[in-house]
Amino acid sequence: MTDMSTAGARIAGLLHERHDEIVRQWADAVTYAAKGRLTVAEVQSQVSEMYGALAKLVDSGSRDLQVPEAAELRAVLAELSRSRARRGFSPSETSIAVLALKDAVQSQVDTSDAGLLASFLWFSRLVDEFALFTFETYSRAREELIVEQGEQMMELSTPVIKLWDGVVGVPLVGTLDSARAQVVMEKLLQTLVDTGSAYAIIDITGVPAVDTQVAQHVLKTVMAARLMGAECVISGIRPQIAQTVVSLGIEFGDIVTKASLADALVHTLRRSGIELVRRAQRGEA
Amino acid sequence: MYPAAAPQQVNLVPIVRDDDVVRVRQAVRTAALAAKLSLVDQTKLVTAASELARNTLIYGGGGRAEIEQADNGRKRGVRVVFADEGPGIADLELAMTDGYTSGNGMGLGLSGARRLVDEFDIDTAAGRGTRITVTKWAR
Ligand SMILES: Nc1ncnc2c1ncn2[C@@H]1O[C@H](COP(=O)(O)OP(=O)(O)O)[C@@H](O)[C@H]1O
Ligand SMILES: [Mg+2]
Repeated sequence: MTDMSTAGARIAGLLHERHDEIVRQWADAVTYAAKGRLTVAEVQSQVSEMYGALAKLVDSGSRDLQVPEAAELRAVLAELSRSRARRGFSPSETSIAVLALKDAVQSQVDTSDAGLLASFLWFSRLVDEFALFTFETYSRAREELIVEQGEQMMELSTPVIKLWDGVVGVPLVGTLDSARAQVVMEKLLQTLVDTGSAYAIIDITGVPAVDTQVAQHVLKTVMAARLMGAECVISGIRPQIAQTVVSLGIEFGDIVTKASLADALVHTLRRSGIELVRRAQRGEA
Repeated sequence: MYPAAAPQQVNLVPIVRDDDVVRVRQAVRTAALAAKLSLVDQTKLVTAASELARNTLIYGGGGRAEIEQADNGRKRGVRVVFADEGPGIADLELAMTDGYTSGNGMGLGLSGARRLVDEFDIDTAAGRGTRITVTKWAR
């Protein structure tokens, strides 16, 4: 049986004695693995920070990350995972950055010293646990990132654009869930007011499937616009969407629908009294 | 020791949050592509799945979708099961009526989904949850 506190003590001593060599080797390995995505200075500061927190934990003799003494190291590792998740590193690349510490320490271990070797094995298991922890926090960070990006997409992908004097358009792209539909409706109605437009074109070319929820949102938007005195045209109904909507039993009533945004624009211009006429070619007249 | 035939690959997607409905749709779309369904049939199946997944979430209180490739010896297709342990449907005929909703929907999800697929099987009773199996075959 190895007494954990002595095991920890031996390696703790080494971590202090060989601080500079180990940090340099570790930083070199991490820099190399980053393939140019991190600057030397960034790696230096990350590695030193991790090393400091880790040495403190080893000094305390604790052998896992759950103890209160490990709070600082946990925070440092979590920050590493988060920043790497954001910068497009893979989860294995992220844990390798931690695992590389083992090689750096091993190179400083005198292999004829059985006591130190046993201590290194103990330390090695500890580092494995750190690596696993970064793996978990990395996954969580990725998920948060995806949710965030989804929210950004929601903002980005619902522009209301002025197509003509008195005609605004909303090109819907992607999934129109309730949250986004709400955003779209509010934005459209606000733009109608702000621009004093009488026509709105809702283009659904980019919506992969129109189910009853999407249809209900679109219909509600059209009704709300009507109450404000504006007329809505729905465009971009592709053949497969048209067939599906009919099978579902959705009726668009007296709402004008057009195959393309261009057709819808011509329709609204005509309704507002503008005729589009092709200019006669020069020389023809 | 081992079953003679390889077990059917079933893709289980939990339905507990709003965005799980999107996940179900995406998984069904992928399966429909693999089964070589036409664009129209893909869209119909994905739309039916969207309706049923949302019912599972809203009325069933959450549940799961099980998506698998189907093969009847002559045709390939996709089979999707929607299952929940919710209140079940006491009056099935009423629930399947166009326009009936006990919530704020259009009341076209169940009846519309049935029209969008080739096979529609529903197993439900008050207090026993709801299990709906739909299949769409490639033509
Ligand atoms: N999984 C389910 N569990 C319990 N009740 C359901 C379930 N799915 C549908 N229902 C009932 O059937 C009704 C009709 O469903 P549906 O046709 O999808 O219309 P909607 O979703 O617009 O209400 C629902 O309002 C609900 O009362
Ligand atoms: Mg429904």
